Amino acid sequence: MSAEAASTEPRVTSRFSSRRWTRLRDYGFVAVFVAMFIFLSLSTGTFFRTRNLLNILDQSAPVGIIACAITICIIAGVFDLSTGSMFGVAAVVASKVAKSADPTLGIAVGILTGLVLGSLNGVLVHTTRINSFIGTLATGIAYRGLAIIATGGAIVTVTNPKFGVLGRSDLLGAKYSVWVFVAFFIATAFLLARTTFGRAVYAVGGNPEAARLSGIRVGLVRGACFALSGLAAGIAGVLAASRTSSAQADLGTGLELSAIAAAVVGGTSILGGEGAVWRGVLGVLTLALIGNGFDLLNIDTTYQLIVQGGLILIAVAADQLLRRRR
Amino acid sequence: MTVEAAQSVGGADAGVRPLIEARHIWKRFGGVQAVADVSIDIARGSVHGLVGENGAGKSTLSKIVGGVHAPDEGELLVDGQAVRFHSPRDALALGIATIAQEIALVPARTVLDNVFLGIESAQLGVVRRGDLVRRFEALHNRTGFGLDANARVADLRTAEQQKVEILRAIARDARLILMDEPTATLTVDESERLLDIIRRLAAEGTSVVLVSHHLEEVLAVAETVTVMRDGRLVRTGPASEETPHSLVTAMVGRELDLTFPPKQPPSPEAPIILELRNVGRAGIVEDISFSVRRGEIVGLAGLVGSGRTEVARAIFGADPVDAGEIYVEGRRMPARGPRGASAQGVVMVPESRKDQGLFMIRPIRENLTISTLGKVATLGVVRRREEKTQAQALAKQVDVRASSLEAPVVSLSGGNQQKVLFAKWLARGPRLLIADEPTRGVDVGAKSQIAGLIVQLAAGGMAVLLISSEIEEVLGLAHRVLVMRNGRIVAEFAGEAAKQDTVMRAAFAAEGDSGGGQVA
Repeated sequence: MSAEAASTEPRVTSRFSSRRWTRLRDYGFVAVFVAMFIFLSLSTGTFFRTRNLLNILDQSAPVGIIACAITICIIAGVFDLSTGSMFGVAAVVASKVAKSADPTLGIAVGILTGLVLGSLNGVLVHTTRINSFIGTLATGIAYRGLAIIATGGAIVTVTNPKFGVLGRSDLLGAKYSVWVFVAFFIATAFLLARTTFGRAVYAVGGNPEAARLSGIRVGLVRGACFALSGLAAGIAGVLAASRTSSAQADLGTGLELSAIAAAVVGGTSILGGEGAVWRGVLGVLTLALIGNGFDLLNIDTTYQLIVQGGLILIAVAADQLLRRRR
Repeated sequence: MTVEAAQSVGGADAGVRPLIEARHIWKRFGGVQAVADVSIDIARGSVHGLVGENGAGKSTLSKIVGGVHAPDEGELLVDGQAVRFHSPRDALALGIATIAQEIALVPARTVLDNVFLGIESAQLGVVRRGDLVRRFEALHNRTGFGLDANARVADLRTAEQQKVEILRAIARDARLILMDEPTATLTVDESERLLDIIRRLAAEGTSVVLVSHHLEEVLAVAETVTVMRDGRLVRTGPASEETPHSLVTAMVGRELDLTFPPKQPPSPEAPIILELRNVGRAGIVEDISFSVRRGEIVGLAGLVGSGRTEVARAIFGADPVDAGEIYVEGRRMPARGPRGASAQGVVMVPESRKDQGLFMIRPIRENLTISTLGKVATLGVVRRREEKTQAQALAKQVDVRASSLEAPVVSLSGGNQQKVLFAKWLARGPRLLIADEPTRGVDVGAKSQIAGLIVQLAAGGMAVLLISSEIEEVLGLAHRVLVMRNGRIVAEFAGEAAKQDTVMRAAFAAEGDSGGGQVA
């Protein structure tokens, strides 16, 4: 009937509006974080103090470092459930070496241990083609066993004060651990956002077959993600060991789940192919803010876990809803 | 009134109300007016074709009728009564079933389970299997589909899975079945059979709405055809008064040249770029030998499943080869997968852009540069400005139409997505381009653009191996056509010897191979 040529303009506006929803999905969570931050600043006199904020960062450093790496793993379409165990092994190895040899060497060997175990994960998952979820669940159990063998079930205590510098001393007003966290965050964020490796991570997680047909070595990229995750667990484990100048075999139990939760809360899709490192960090800080807020407001901390769990649910549900909207 | 209308099912006189009456339907998605003031009637027991370019609104309209989307304005009448669907379930309750482009079955369950999913005969929640089997047999006798009730859906071919979907619709007493591009993934003979099924459904009183790009198919089965353009109705009329040409003209609103650009055959001395010698893969392809010269377009024809795609994937290193040799410019190609192949200047535009080609939610820019990112990176760090410049140049070269290269590639039309796939390899300056179904599911305008691009690349010295299920496309573009059947090359036609009927005969193994082709 009506045959007038319609303009192509509507299509352009459509993209705009679909982008608005995408933007809400992408940045809605940032607004939640900012609101929480402002709320806590106004409702308590103690929250918005440099010392409290630095304290939050310091306490978040280990899980934050792991969350940076795990976010990259999730974007690449793999899970690493062994990070908590690698964290424990790294802490134990660092402490043992520090005790029997040299603290600096202990720290280096501890970090290296994480990197080696992570690389082993990568090789195993790639060669056996086991689902990464199951594969790292298994290696995680085995790694925990390594930690128990190494300690013989006892706490390893390091007496040399040099070992505690990393976890307890300050540099320019903030703890070393905070600087390590910030540096690791910047490095991984750069790796993901600005390098060819980062581009390959998105490709491999978003569409592995298309990535392969585009000439990307899928196994190598994913293997590198596991290695990175191991490196992060190593660094975080060494920080934790240094903080208390001691380590025990069950250190870091459940840490991988906190890190995955943080990544998801921050808005990284569990399906892979999208997300960002800053999202993982923001997720960690949000969960930490809840804990801090409970302390400062004197609310019974027993409710804290319920609130955190609820937040994870809301974040994922919102992501799903807005995805459908698109 | 409803009762009255329902009683006169099957009547063809003008006094009977149509099954579906859509009145002044409007539907907007964000800023896009997907459907604008469209009114159509769908008669009982008839096949209604719905055609238009991609984005013309035909799928949206069919989804509104099917209850997937609610219209913003306008009303929908079923049996003369206004209805408002909130979900496909509501539509199904009134006998309107949808068979979507993507098949929605439970792959790990049997045919029987899938057909009766949600409408099982049960007593106190316990499924009465005997009764289901009886119901299945009744359906079976009615349709004559020849499906094994106990086969796992995952083990069936696409065409058979589609039959399961149709059975499912009939089992739910569907009076109208909406089919969106049902033949897109079917072979020629499978499509023919589906069209027969559609005719039979209509003869038994079920209405069918057929949304399709295949105009010949629509004209072969439809009684009525509606043409849409940019969300608006162009015209509805009897199919007998339309030709593919008239439909295309109505769809694009202008006379479109459906012919292919003139062929520029390569010189006989042009160097051989690709040579296959007795390449095989157990149980899949066997004894494949052919060569492609510089500037030559070689078409690989044959039915889906004849081994065309498998040959392409073997050359590109996507699948391993276990017999024979592949040479690129005289040098043996190392078996190092797609990465090794593209390093040798062999690239492939894969069959399925969604599953094998694109990173849908990533920006167009990233999709364009993913295979050549090393060229704009220093020590692994991407030089972003250069990347952007390169992406813009590539997009321009193939004429990708996008508001911004930062938009996700999923926001593009099928044709533009396909162009992105071509462009991403061009920065490599490939010597051999393998294009597998390069125009599947793209609209007419993009189709001729892609055809033009292939011709232009070949004229520039690229060797091209073209695979297409559209025989016209192969014949229109290729300088030489190889026909495959059952994993072997069974005939070769050069130049004028390549005719639709001779190629099809070779592909189907009909009446021997007397069509003039030499058996390779």
